Amino acid sequence: MRTSWLALLLAPAAAGLLIAADNSVLVRNVDVHPVTGPEIHNGAVLVIDGKIAEVGARVAPRAGARVVDGHGLQLYPGMINAATNVGLEEIESIRDTIDLDEIGTFNPELRAEIAFNPSSEHIEVTRAAGITTVIALPGSGGRGGRGGAASPVITGQGALMHLEGWTWEDMAVKPSAVMDMLFPEIQGGGGRGGFAALLGGPTRTYAEEEKLYKQKLDQISQFFNEAREYKAAKAAAGPGFKRDIRLEAMIPVIDGQLPLFVRAERERMIKDAIEFADKEKVKIIIADPREMGSTGPMLKAHNIPVVLGKTFQLPMRDDDPYDAPYTLPNEFYKAGVKFCFGTFDVEFARNVPFEAAQAVAFGLPKDAALKGLTINSAEILGVGNELGSIEKGKMGDFILTDGDPLEAKTNIKQMFIGGREVSLESRHTREYEKWMKRP
Amino acid sequence: MRRILSICTLLAALGGLSGAETILIRNATVLTVTKGTVENGSVLIENGKIAAIGKNVSAPADATIVDATGKYLMPGIIDCHSHTAIEGGVNEGTLSDSSMVNIKDVINPYDINIYRALAGGLTISNVLHGSANAIGGQTIVIKLRWGKTAPEMIMEGAKPGIKFALGENPKRAGEPQGFFTQGAAAERRYPGTRMGVEEVIRESFTEAKNYQAEWKDYNDRVVRGEHPIPPRKDLRLEPLVEVLEGKRYVHAHCYRSDEILMLIRVADEMGFKIRTFQHVLEGYKVAREIKEHGAGASTFSDWWAYKIEAYDATPYNAAIMTRKGVVVSVNSDSDELQRHLNLEAAKTMRYGGMTPTEALAMVTINPAKQLGIDDKVGSIEVGKSADLALFDQDPLSNYSKCLKVWIDGHEYFDRDKDLETRPKFQQEKKQLLDKENAQQGQRTGRPAGANTAATPKEEGR
Repeated sequence: MRTSWLALLLAPAAAGLLIAADNSVLVRNVDVHPVTGPEIHNGAVLVIDGKIAEVGARVAPRAGARVVDGHGLQLYPGMINAATNVGLEEIESIRDTIDLDEIGTFNPELRAEIAFNPSSEHIEVTRAAGITTVIALPGSGGRGGRGGAASPVITGQGALMHLEGWTWEDMAVKPSAVMDMLFPEIQGGGGRGGFAALLGGPTRTYAEEEKLYKQKLDQISQFFNEAREYKAAKAAAGPGFKRDIRLEAMIPVIDGQLPLFVRAERERMIKDAIEFADKEKVKIIIADPREMGSTGPMLKAHNIPVVLGKTFQLPMRDDDPYDAPYTLPNEFYKAGVKFCFGTFDVEFARNVPFEAAQAVAFGLPKDAALKGLTINSAEILGVGNELGSIEKGKMGDFILTDGDPLEAKTNIKQMFIGGREVSLESRHTREYEKWMKRP
Repeated sequence: MRRILSICTLLAALGGLSGAETILIRNATVLTVTKGTVENGSVLIENGKIAAIGKNVSAPADATIVDATGKYLMPGIIDCHSHTAIEGGVNEGTLSDSSMVNIKDVINPYDINIYRALAGGLTISNVLHGSANAIGGQTIVIKLRWGKTAPEMIMEGAKPGIKFALGENPKRAGEPQGFFTQGAAAERRYPGTRMGVEEVIRESFTEAKNYQAEWKDYNDRVVRGEHPIPPRKDLRLEPLVEVLEGKRYVHAHCYRSDEILMLIRVADEMGFKIRTFQHVLEGYKVAREIKEHGAGASTFSDWWAYKIEAYDATPYNAAIMTRKGVVVSVNSDSDELQRHLNLEAAKTMRYGGMTPTEALAMVTINPAKQLGIDDKVGSIEVGKSADLALFDQDPLSNYSKCLKVWIDGHEYFDRDKDLETRPKFQQEKKQLLDKENAQQGQRTGRPAGANTAATPKEEGR
């Protein structure tokens, strides 16, 4: 009863669906930006049964297809935000509306997909900016203050979700896309206090902190060993084998199928994470790094991709260059590391194109920024054959705009997800329409 | 220590790079904001003021020439809601009315965020207390004169203000929960409801009016040649009397439409004016009342949903209020966001169809009007202070970056010079770290740089 008012506020996101009479759509007279190929001026895109059937300067009309005239508009792939908590958090300060950071250190069996609220207002708000797909992560990455876990390591499986659909099942593109992991770090200690001391907690020396860190790493290795032993026992199917859903969820990870989404801010953490991945022979993605340091060549050599966090951040240290966060994406680019963009939040998930544009202002080539919102994101998340570009055989996820979608002044005019047009209305536009009418 | 050393060097190198010289910025796209755009225009700076603007401006022989071909010149950006450069906490979170405390006393001119903000074109900040108290404290307007002392940063001729706060933040101490109660049990502090917040403000102004009357009576009697005992000086009530007398602006943090309307009615009853509603996320619902009161509205471009009173927010807020006749600015409330307010302003073009000039006005002339300094700054006009920001392209483009900033005709930021000095700073840092390693490494075995993370700062939102 307490929350019924909230339910009333959350108008179903899917109610805005506009379904074409025929399940094929032809968008013509439009400048197509395939991302993986050169721009097609005055081109066309045909979508049949949700998939792109044809792209080109000339596409033959198809009987029964809905025709969309894209005169004066640009067609881009729907953008992807590769790190969010969309669907799992509604209002940051109200714990009841948040499903992040479950209690426990190792929770690989938890699935963000099933807690993704298809009626969250953030879905419509995010897609209004031209974003069709997000990764919904089960952990906040230690943003703090919300969960019960003292120091979680594995928070669960992140899901790749379309921002359209009646249920989470409809919306899931890849239910288990990444395994969300918070890599341990040596906390600031060493006699000057550190954060713990500020809060009145005990002060530990660096040596003590390092010891705790190593213990944590051992604990993680032990957990991975347990998972391997479990896998072997399962394969052997001996008498007395009992199913363990927690360890079972780790099998795709230790098999190198499911990437660990390793949040590692500092150079040292990134190095440790690479070393860890080598040792455990698992696939990793480095997530939300705040610096690259000397890790570029290592990441490139190991073919480890990066999901970048916000470009709009303060530098980590007082004496860092003022533009350090702005130039970071270009550092990874120059090092030849494959990367894409995320925001690691909810209410600003829609601003991911601007995070990428800011990197362009400080040196990143424009096409690398766009790729970091489309094709690279799809490839890093293991859906390179389905999303991220305007190519035959891919899902019909695209936007029509009156300009560059990385510019705030550009308007996103129309959006298609899986070949179906999606409303760009949201709580925000509805308030606008309503209150402009107040006399 | 090494941090302080580095900052001192940075100050010496970048602060006050040049005197109040005569400067001609030539061949720029000049975005005056109030008088249109001058293509291939020039701006002459003399004695810290804008002396001439036009296509053909001649300069004295000794003028420094800045070739701005292909670049964009705009007025220095003004932030109507900032907590930057404050030493220590932003909240005197003990009393519901802490109007006796003054931001002026805690300005930290060494805050690196001043320089970082300059590098984004920001020149003026309205520095406020946080929102823990119904009446938070006295506020001031600073110019980001990096390298100068705290008193030198305070903007001349800018009327001081006082911060009010309504809604969830001031009532939070009255109903402690969540993060705020971790550790020791928090003691409840009045008020715990919006009704209590209203009462605190009304009660304080009732006291202030009594206090004002006592002093008037005293002064009248002195004039009559009597020798009365003066009333006891009250540092809490004096700034409120200044509000009643129009000598101090009220900047009121608020979210919901009901509390905005409430404060307007309390102000009407007590006989003072609200200068700006801050955040004012539901301002779009009571734009008519805000306009009738004569208040400005200083809002976020697109913040929402971080608490329930921010759930009815819409990024169209700035546009709706503008269309309903309110003077609207877009503010930062954040050391990070203050670095790119031009890009925040650009969002109002998407959300509500503001024109480029209307968008730019949200971070220049409009906040200047709200702070009562639009006769001095906020646009590129002859006679105004030479507070200017040069961008490599249209500052409303997400691909733009700031190259140079002048305040009162002094250059305070130059990207090329910043880039040039970096190797020197890196070398200096390395030397200091090596030295520290040599000394401290022997003592503790702790590697250098293990404790250099910037500490997160509580923002006022």
